[in-house]
Amino acid sequence: MKVLLVDDEHELVSTLAERLSLRGIQADWAISGEEAMRLAEKNPYDVAVLDVKIPGISGLELKRRLHSKRPDLRFIFMTGHGSEEDFRSCSAETADGCYLVKPVNIEDLIKKMNELMTMSEVRP
Amino acid sequence: MTVWKKLKPKFWDYVDAAAGPFAHLFDFRRIWQLAVLLTAGVAVVPLVAITAIDYQVTQNSIESEIALRTSRLASNTRRAVAFFLTERRLALDFIVRDNSFEKLNDPERLQTILKNLQDSFGGFTDLGVVDPLGYQRNYAGPYKLEGVDYSGQAWYREVLERGVHISDVFSGFRQVPHLIIAVKHEVGSGTSFVLRATLDTERFNHLIAQPEVAGSGDAFLINREGKLQTPSLFHGKVLDTISLPVPPFSPNTELIETEDGQGQLNAIGYAYIEGSPFILMIVKNKKELMKPWYKTRLQLMGFLAASITIILAVILGVATYLVNKIYLADQKRLTTLHQVEYSNKMATIGRLAAGVAHEINNPLAVINEKAGLIKDLFSMREEYARDEKLVNTINAVLSSVERCAKITRRLLGFMRNTGVTTERIHLGETIQEVLAFLNKEAEYRSFHISVHVDEDVPPITSDRGRLQEIFLNVINNSFAAMQNGGSLEVTAKRDKEGFVSVSVKDDGCGIPKADLERVFEPFFSTKTGKGGTGLGLSITSGLVQELGGEIRVDSEVGKGTSFTILLPIDIQKKEKPSYEGPLGR
Repeated sequence: MKVLLVDDEHELVSTLAERLSLRGIQADWAISGEEAMRLAEKNPYDVAVLDVKIPGISGLELKRRLHSKRPDLRFIFMTGHGSEEDFRSCSAETADGCYLVKPVNIEDLIKKMNELMTMSEVRP
Repeated sequence: MTVWKKLKPKFWDYVDAAAGPFAHLFDFRRIWQLAVLLTAGVAVVPLVAITAIDYQVTQNSIESEIALRTSRLASNTRRAVAFFLTERRLALDFIVRDNSFEKLNDPERLQTILKNLQDSFGGFTDLGVVDPLGYQRNYAGPYKLEGVDYSGQAWYREVLERGVHISDVFSGFRQVPHLIIAVKHEVGSGTSFVLRATLDTERFNHLIAQPEVAGSGDAFLINREGKLQTPSLFHGKVLDTISLPVPPFSPNTELIETEDGQGQLNAIGYAYIEGSPFILMIVKNKKELMKPWYKTRLQLMGFLAASITIILAVILGVATYLVNKIYLADQKRLTTLHQVEYSNKMATIGRLAAGVAHEINNPLAVINEKAGLIKDLFSMREEYARDEKLVNTINAVLSSVERCAKITRRLLGFMRNTGVTTERIHLGETIQEVLAFLNKEAEYRSFHISVHVDEDVPPITSDRGRLQEIFLNVINNSFAAMQNGGSLEVTAKRDKEGFVSVSVKDDGCGIPKADLERVFEPFFSTKTGKGGTGLGLSITSGLVQELGGEIRVDSEVGKGTSFTILLPIDIQKKEKPSYEGPLGR
């Protein structure tokens, strides 16, 4: 499973990526929308974990762009805010429960990813 | 004072301290006074004016009617008296023309004439013939008066001068009032004789007494000295001097008003009777005559007083009612205004809290990942993995992060509901959420808090944010009333059809009966100066109404207070609350 992490908090994404790789999940990370797009063009990721608010671009917008590039990509949103509107709009874009409020327990994140993967495998 | 206290309208002592330069707009007492004064003025002044005019007109017309009647009576009586005297004078005139001096000197003839006069006219007592020298040459009557010398007497000289004399009334020998009529007859060549007749005044009196004089009125004759010539009812006997002044001469019938000795106002009609010393007086007691008018006047005044009383009562009632309505509307406006203000404040605090939570969540996430990474790295090295102290330390960091996360999440969750949303809510959960917020205070002050939700309480459809605010306000209110170590019971159960009730019962100081009905009024606070705004329960009550429910309070001083909140199971089935704050709270 290949994962793309996008968050403007460098320390957060880098550490999270390292922890995921310790658990055998290959994770790349980006701290901006452009970087994320570049990475996504080069590598076929299975899951993208996006912050809802990234400088210059909203997580939702980024999700749409990534989706148009890689229709198979699954998404998980991660936010520090957790406002009602964000929750609604993000829930509409992803599968159930793929809206996580920081700080996120890594085991929960991995569990979510695995769920998404199985769902995509089941999908025709 | 107690009556005033009871009657005093609510707005009377109200002072809007916050009104500032517009204070005059909210001076309800002044508005009331102005309304009462203006309406009362507009209603009462014309009424009084019309009554006064009517009073004046009626009194004048009654007075002029009295004057008219009196003067007509005087005029008629005067004519009758004058006619009576003229008639007798003419009779004597006829006798002296019809009979020569010689004939009249015949005692038998004179006797016959007297008899004829008595039979036809009546009232003649005697007849005398006075010769040109003033001696009475012949006399017919009850006395022996032949030869009496009248030449020196005033009346005789007057007859010679004016041809006729009518005397004042006098008593005479028999003490019977009578008067004399004498006529002169020229025989020729400058000589003349006089026929003199005495009349008793019986017929005369009859003539005067006849006119009907209403209301303790009086009619009589006086001479020019004011001596009564005919008997009067109230002014003395014949030949008494009357207490009234002798009216001044006038050729016509006149009307005057004078006060008599007793201070009574009299209306007097009088007339000088031509060719005689008599003055006819018709005296009427004004007070007596005005009696019917006084009665009418009393009725008029009574009616006026009753009308004014009713008008004032209605004006007072209506003004008080209306101003009270305005006052209540203004209070409602203020409540709404403050509710909006409060909502805005809450929304601002909510946004602020959410912002803070967000800002904290990001570094928290970093700590979480870094600590997690350290733990991951430790768990790979056996020497560290076995070091319990290290593992425990890192676990403590992680669990602290977890705790912080819980707090920020709760903060976010609690403040999130700024929009109007309804959702299915488990009352027990909501109550626990709110209590979680107050946990620290409850711990510090060692409160015992028990929550009991009946099993048959269904989840309700309502607004989570509002519900949280309601419970928070009510429980906070209870905390403020409780002593350290007090206990609080929160119970939820089914109530009447379609409703559940949540009661919050504390064992605090309680609320005095007098304050009980005011606790939901805005700005009613017993904590003023201690941080209370007096808005908490007022807003709570407003929120409960918005949710289609109601809130009740029971309290006993010293034992505690219990708030009961009645909520509809499904708010959608209730009418939609009409109030939406400007920010769509």
